[in-house]
Amino acid sequence: MLAAHDIHFFRGHRKILEAVSGELRPGRVTALAGPNGAGKSTLLKLFSGELTPESGRVEINGKILANWSGREIAQRRAVLPQESHLAFAFPVREVVMMGRFPHLQGSETTRDGEICAAALAKVEGSHLAGRLYPTLSSGEKQRVQLARVLAQIWEPPAAGARYLLLDEPTSSLDLAHQHDALRAAQEWAHAGAVVLTVLHDLNLAMAYADDVWVLENGRLAAAGAIQEVLTGPLIERVFNVSVELLPRPGETRPAILTRRRLKPE
Amino acid sequence: MEAFGRKRIITLIALLALVGALSFCSASFGTYAAVRAPEVLQVLAARIGLGGGNLEATVQTTVMDLRLPRVALAILAGAALAMAGAALQGLFRNPLADPALIGVSSGASLGAVFMIVLGGGALGGVVQALGAFALPVAAMAGAMLVTFLIYRLSKVEGRTHIALMLLTGLALNALAGAGIGTMISRSSDDQLRTWTYWSLGSLGKADWRQIGVAALFIIPCLIALPWFARSLNALLLGEAEAHHLGVPIQHVKRWVILLSAAMVGAAVAACGTIGFVGLVAPHLVRLVCGPDHRLLLPASALLGSSLLLAADLAARNGGMGVDELPIGVVTALVGAPVFLALLLRARRKGEF
Repeated sequence: MLAAHDIHFFRGHRKILEAVSGELRPGRVTALAGPNGAGKSTLLKLFSGELTPESGRVEINGKILANWSGREIAQRRAVLPQESHLAFAFPVREVVMMGRFPHLQGSETTRDGEICAAALAKVEGSHLAGRLYPTLSSGEKQRVQLARVLAQIWEPPAAGARYLLLDEPTSSLDLAHQHDALRAAQEWAHAGAVVLTVLHDLNLAMAYADDVWVLENGRLAAAGAIQEVLTGPLIERVFNVSVELLPRPGETRPAILTRRRLKPE
Repeated sequence: MEAFGRKRIITLIALLALVGALSFCSASFGTYAAVRAPEVLQVLAARIGLGGGNLEATVQTTVMDLRLPRVALAILAGAALAMAGAALQGLFRNPLADPALIGVSSGASLGAVFMIVLGGGALGGVVQALGAFALPVAAMAGAMLVTFLIYRLSKVEGRTHIALMLLTGLALNALAGAGIGTMISRSSDDQLRTWTYWSLGSLGKADWRQIGVAALFIIPCLIALPWFARSLNALLLGEAEAHHLGVPIQHVKRWVILLSAAMVGAAVAACGTIGFVGLVAPHLVRLVCGPDHRLLLPASALLGSSLLLAADLAARNGGMGVDELPIGVVTALVGAPVFLALLLRARRKGEF
């Protein structure tokens, strides 16, 4: 379990996050939604240990994040950044292999190679294995990075859950690959992982997430099961757009139709 | 990976052979025309006790005290500058970092000049305490200071900014230059002449003792740095990404800076500032073998040795009506165009 206890975070004097508390449970995909500047990426960075909260604490498996050794935590927690700049000409297969770093004892084993191949296949990237990373399109790069992250936590650790933190994993992807990426996230959750993903597309969130956290001006405006939280009034208030939730025949979750922008208060 | 292991061994053996061949050439050619390959072999054979007792003393001295020290120093300094260049480029995530270009060598020079000029006076105590180590230690301290400053100043939100890095290097080069100028203006004519020659790099000034001191610093660093190869690979993804992979980034950064600066400092203390080796060698290795530090670091070191051996050979036998060109002139003649080509490529890719 990943738990946040009363997290506060400032950048200079500007308050980025305020009194955020909550728990992410294994087996569920949680979407992290909110307007630009609401603090989504910062919260993800606090969860990944890239930033440390000014007050409050983040716990993984009941242990404060800072008390984990870098290698130990990396064996069970993987983070997909919003974008990655890798200017050096590594072949794609080597980029994915970097995901195995926390597991290596000496050199790479055949098993590591198999895992990387399977992770690439998962993002429909097997044909890219021999290509040089800088020559890929931005969508292909994002898929390769996702494969690297999946390879990192391909197998469950001896004890405790796996954690998958994704920052806008679909931002550069075409429609089909958006679904591939989120299906992979779902698959990890079903296998017992804790999955948190920043998403701007509320319909994708509606389709793949079990829970949602909605951030507004650094505060957790709402959190819970996605169908209960993402109601018309909440979306209108937080996102400043007028929406209509359309029930879909044969589906339990509605489609969200945004109609127009509302005047900011 | 099987294929990678094979590629690594073949590449390193080929480069080792190149170093060997160039060393032999370098030992066989020089201004003293009476000493060529057969004489060199005779001297070497005599050294390990295989006959050849009737050699002239001048031949003996030429090989043992003039040619071989140059060869040894070229191998050591070339390896040090090239591997330090490759490691710093990985750390900065930027293929344009060269120890001389970004001011690391100037920092080392400043440290060294401080020691040379003040060694007889204000810093006399240090010289007494450290003996032959005083110069390399001062050079290393200067190199470390500059590396640290550039690393801190040229990063914006975790990424090294190319222009910022080069401009920071420019500023630190100028600052070090000012410091060196101040020191030089207080020095004697003799010190001045030594300095002029030294500032362009020279392999001819070192004796076996100085080379021994340099080796004492450089060889452990050459062995230790490749230990960080995988971490440097991961760092190329970005600091945050490397952190998420469990790379102890503070530890890695500290050691890479320490080891690189120590090597550059020791090399500069022994043979002055020789530019562009740290830029050209890793660049050529990357072109042929890719950016993986597990191969890049050792291969760059061997290619750096080869380049410096070749440059020294050219400097001593190139003619131009002088006995010997400063080696830094030769490396700059080859290296500066390569650097320009790299800049043009970066410009085409819109990296500025």
